[in-house]
Amino acid sequence: MFDLVAFFPRAVMQSIPLLFGSTGETLTEKSGNLNLGIPGIMYVGGICGVIGAFFYEQAGASNGFLAVLIPLVCCLVGSLLMGLLYCFLTVTLRANQNVTGLAMTTFGVGFGNFFGGSLIKLTGAEVPSIALTATSGYFRKTLPFAESTGVFGKLFLSYGFLAYAAIAIALISSYVLKKTRVGLQLRAVGESPATADAAGINITRYKYVATCIGSMIAGLGGLYYVMDYACGVWSNNGFGDRGWLAIALVIFTIWRPNVGILSSMLFGGLYILYLFIPTGTFLAVKELYKMLPYLVTILVLVLTSMRNKRENQPPESLGVPYFREER
Amino acid sequence: MEEKRAAVQMRDITKRFGSTLANDRVWLDIYKGEILALLGENGSGKTTLMNMLSGIYFPDDGKIFINGKEALIRSPRDAFSYGIGMIHQHFKLVDVLTAAENIVLGLKEPGRLDMNKVAQRVQEICDAYGFDVDPNQKIYNMSVSQKQTVEIVKVLYRGADILILDEPTAVLTPQETEKLFAVLRAMRDDGKAIVIITHKMHEVEELSDRVAILRHGQFVGDMETKKTSAQDMTNMMVGRPVTLNIERPEPVNPQPRIEVKNLTVRDAEGTLKLEDVTFTAKSGEILGIAGISGCGQKELLEAIAGLQKTESGSICYVKDDGTREELIGKDPTAIAAMGVSLSFVPEDRLGMGLVGSMDLTDNMMLRSFRKGRSWFTNRKEPKRLAENVVKELEVNTPGVSTPVRRLSGGNVQKVLVGREIAAAPTVLLTAYAVRGLDINSSYTIYDLINKQKKAGVAVVFVGEDLDVLLELCDRILVLCGGKVSGIVDGRSAQKPEVGMMMTRLGGKTNG
Amino acid sequence: MAKKNSGPVLHISKRDNLPWYGAWAIRGTAILLALVVCAFVTTALTGENPLGVYKTMFQGAFGSKRKMWILGQNLAILLCVSLAVTPAFKMRFWNVGGEGQILIGGLATAACMILLGDKLPNWLLICVMTVSAMAAGAVWGGIPAICKAKWNTNETLFTLMMNYVATQLVAFFVIVWEVPKGAGKIGIINQSTQAGWLPQIGSYKYLLNILIVAVLVVVMYFYLARSKQGYEIAVVGESERTARYVGIPVGKVIVRTMMLSGAICGLAGLLLVGGTDHTITTTIAGGRGFTAVMVAWLAKFNPFGMVFTSFLLVFLGRGAAEISTIYGLNHSFGDILTGIILFFIIGSEFFISYRLDFLKNNGKEQA
Repeated sequence: MFDLVAFFPRAVMQSIPLLFGSTGETLTEKSGNLNLGIPGIMYVGGICGVIGAFFYEQAGASNGFLAVLIPLVCCLVGSLLMGLLYCFLTVTLRANQNVTGLAMTTFGVGFGNFFGGSLIKLTGAEVPSIALTATSGYFRKTLPFAESTGVFGKLFLSYGFLAYAAIAIALISSYVLKKTRVGLQLRAVGESPATADAAGINITRYKYVATCIGSMIAGLGGLYYVMDYACGVWSNNGFGDRGWLAIALVIFTIWRPNVGILSSMLFGGLYILYLFIPTGTFLAVKELYKMLPYLVTILVLVLTSMRNKRENQPPESLGVPYFREER
Repeated sequence: MEEKRAAVQMRDITKRFGSTLANDRVWLDIYKGEILALLGENGSGKTTLMNMLSGIYFPDDGKIFINGKEALIRSPRDAFSYGIGMIHQHFKLVDVLTAAENIVLGLKEPGRLDMNKVAQRVQEICDAYGFDVDPNQKIYNMSVSQKQTVEIVKVLYRGADILILDEPTAVLTPQETEKLFAVLRAMRDDGKAIVIITHKMHEVEELSDRVAILRHGQFVGDMETKKTSAQDMTNMMVGRPVTLNIERPEPVNPQPRIEVKNLTVRDAEGTLKLEDVTFTAKSGEILGIAGISGCGQKELLEAIAGLQKTESGSICYVKDDGTREELIGKDPTAIAAMGVSLSFVPEDRLGMGLVGSMDLTDNMMLRSFRKGRSWFTNRKEPKRLAENVVKELEVNTPGVSTPVRRLSGGNVQKVLVGREIAAAPTVLLTAYAVRGLDINSSYTIYDLINKQKKAGVAVVFVGEDLDVLLELCDRILVLCGGKVSGIVDGRSAQKPEVGMMMTRLGGKTNG
Repeated sequence: MAKKNSGPVLHISKRDNLPWYGAWAIRGTAILLALVVCAFVTTALTGENPLGVYKTMFQGAFGSKRKMWILGQNLAILLCVSLAVTPAFKMRFWNVGGEGQILIGGLATAACMILLGDKLPNWLLICVMTVSAMAAGAVWGGIPAICKAKWNTNETLFTLMMNYVATQLVAFFVIVWEVPKGAGKIGIINQSTQAGWLPQIGSYKYLLNILIVAVLVVVMYFYLARSKQGYEIAVVGESERTARYVGIPVGKVIVRTMMLSGAICGLAGLLLVGGTDHTITTTIAGGRGFTAVMVAWLAKFNPFGMVFTSFLLVFLGRGAAEISTIYGLNHSFGDILTGIILFFIIGSEFFISYRLDFLKNNGKEQA
């Protein structure tokens, strides 16, 4: 039997890192930057949080507020630095965005795995592995009525605060993009920087700010993954390819963060569906089920490209560096 | 005239791009309540100079005074604060946004963004000057003249009183041009300072109060329009006397070459672009195509060249011996394989006719690289051809291994036309062959086209300047909204008549 | 850009033409700076002095005959993949699916070795392996290309997703063919018969791989620079409309080029499975599909240049591996160093294409 009550919360938990990633990437892409470094940034965000929490736990302190705040700040700073690096290379130095992004992903994933694997050795700590159970406990704290409200609580209230933050951020981003002056100008920057520039908008600033905020949001996805989903245990490459899926989700959601909420849940569901489909004795089939999210992404890519509507196109200058005096 | 007050004074303005000196110690005054025409050949630095006024570029040297006070214009925002607004040749509008959204773009107004209020103010401006703009229409649904109107409203919304227009009439019909001129005159009488950059002499004479002329980045003089003539202005621009008459030899033994019958074309979105078009292009004759921009000229030429899918009708190529070959359903390779030598100078030179980043030799190869069975390309022939074109057409380039993107507009066009003519065509299609070219280059191109005509080539010349069409072409086909509005004789037809034919069928286009 | 009261201080303009030695001097400086930064990072983490770090890295890369052969082998495979992705990039087709194309080529190779290992004579088996590996890679590269040609589907994400589909396919077959049952891996295929193992030249295990790739470098150079197909690729890459205008069948060129690209990746899979590891795992491509993108781009798509750029990256990888082994650190250390070097080279391109001028004359104070 398919157990929806067990399935749904797990799908949601899977979806949260994707949602953070895709919201961050959407903001970034709206400014005309195609940041393929998001997977790396999410690793960096995760590991920076881990490093912060690790030192805090090693110091033996256990103030709940600080235990959440320190990893959070570390994560944001780490991903902000990555965002700045990306902007410096692609906006200030006008480097190729694809290559820069791939290099950032190589670097970011390496950075995460290196510190994840060597943190103990480097600090000489006397623990067998990185398991930040205490910190994770704070991150996983659910709403007070989660236990008492039965199925409803299990479906909707049983998540850590970052999960709700992800949804809130997606909704806010959506509002900002659609309704505010800043959003209007950001969209103009991504569509046609020459126009925005002639209208007196500071292109460089918009690109920097949007990309850096986008990176920080994406970094939170990495933090949520280790602290909440993985219960504070860092495992190398554990985060896997979620960063790439998050980028794919941006196209899936046609650059709308609010659509991202539901579609990331759909992807989260597909991601773990293999655990819930009975396979009998032939276990290898599970490996084929794991293809599902990728196959669906491909399908969506092809379908959206087949019926192309003007409003559903990527920002027109996506991936193109801007130089005012280009002739 | 009462005492003139200078709105802008530019002093010793110098600007370099790499090793080219775009502006060399230019002095220019712009007065309130006056329309100034800024003239000059291509690459003489008109647009660069104005871009420094509108904050796109920052001068390397020199000073700008606005209303007598020294001003530092570092960005378009600074330019707005000095009341300077520029309408660029290539519209600076975001396609997926609405007119109102484009208009408020970049403005720092206090409080929340209220699109209703914006729309209201836009409406007020429109009413004041008699514009017709729907604030909530998306730009990509607009015609060229509507887009231009949005640009003008945008500048007015910012309260500009110094307006710069870079070749505003290049894409307008005679009627639309008239309307624009009326608006500009109204603004002038309102006390605004207006600068217009244009190549069209008759417009200068019709509209401007004063002209200023640049040559090779230097200011060569200014004068009152009333006291000068087109000939004098042209001589000053070029720096030596030039003749302004376009040659028109009588066609010799014209024979049908291309027969188009009931041609109907729809674009990818299903919009009707050409409907039931029928005409014949003859050898040794120039057939002009007139029409508002986007009413089927592009589709017509591309259909003949085998680049456009057609819905119905036929396009026949008539050989010298009278045999007929259907061209529909064949791509350029197949057409060439039939022995039909068809050359096409497209509107978009660097985006379609040539590859900007490749050098002259590689661009010459575009047409001929498939020749021969070898797996490898032969660059000897194309190189010789490139050297030939450079020599014959006096292309100004450091060498044949320079990327064509680095050449100026006129030289790019010479390379393209040179290549197309080198194939010894029997049919030559040209789209806006002199758009953006200065007088000198334009005449070189007219000469080349006339030479082809004399050699018996059937020339189809899509143009936008009615004066040129009426001087150059033997017959003119007028398109209106994708339909043939009529075919007139180039020698006897009158400009107002052709202008009316361009708009007669319904007037508005959907493209 | 600088924001001061007196207008911009820094003026950036496009360079007209920098001589090639100027460009390489800038790149060389960038690499040197990057190596210095790498040394300090390593010192910070291991405590050894910066020069010692590079001594260790050299030893890791060239320390023994065996290490040099491994270096050569890694270089050959990375170069092979880089050559594979190059025609696609020249066409502005962002093929980041090298990873999947290698895997699927490797999978086809392994399938031939396992299923036909005892049924065909060895020479025929190797022929079948080669053909099927390249065909598999071509199909894997061709599918996104067909969609790109028909509907302009975003190829970056499509090829990326194809990587994971390939990974899962390999994971599936690894379980199907696992030896022994329940081991979760295949182990060395045809250990006893060596059926389908690419032949050794003399006693040099990897020489064949290196030679094949060396030939490929030359062939690819001429294909891109001199052949008609190479010219078509360049035209399509620069402007699809121009290509259509002169009658180049754009869709056909896209599909053909991507199939070529995929086929060469498949060949890399063959070299890995048939010529090196004699087994298949989901991680056999080892991120080379991505690294290759950077190798090709850094060398400006020049096959001979790629020999150097891939050497640089492989050297770093091997050297960093040595450091992590000696100091008991995680092997991802190499990725960090690679990242740092890449950032420097990517950044240096700016100084090759643009010129910076400091403006002197803007002391106007009235503003």
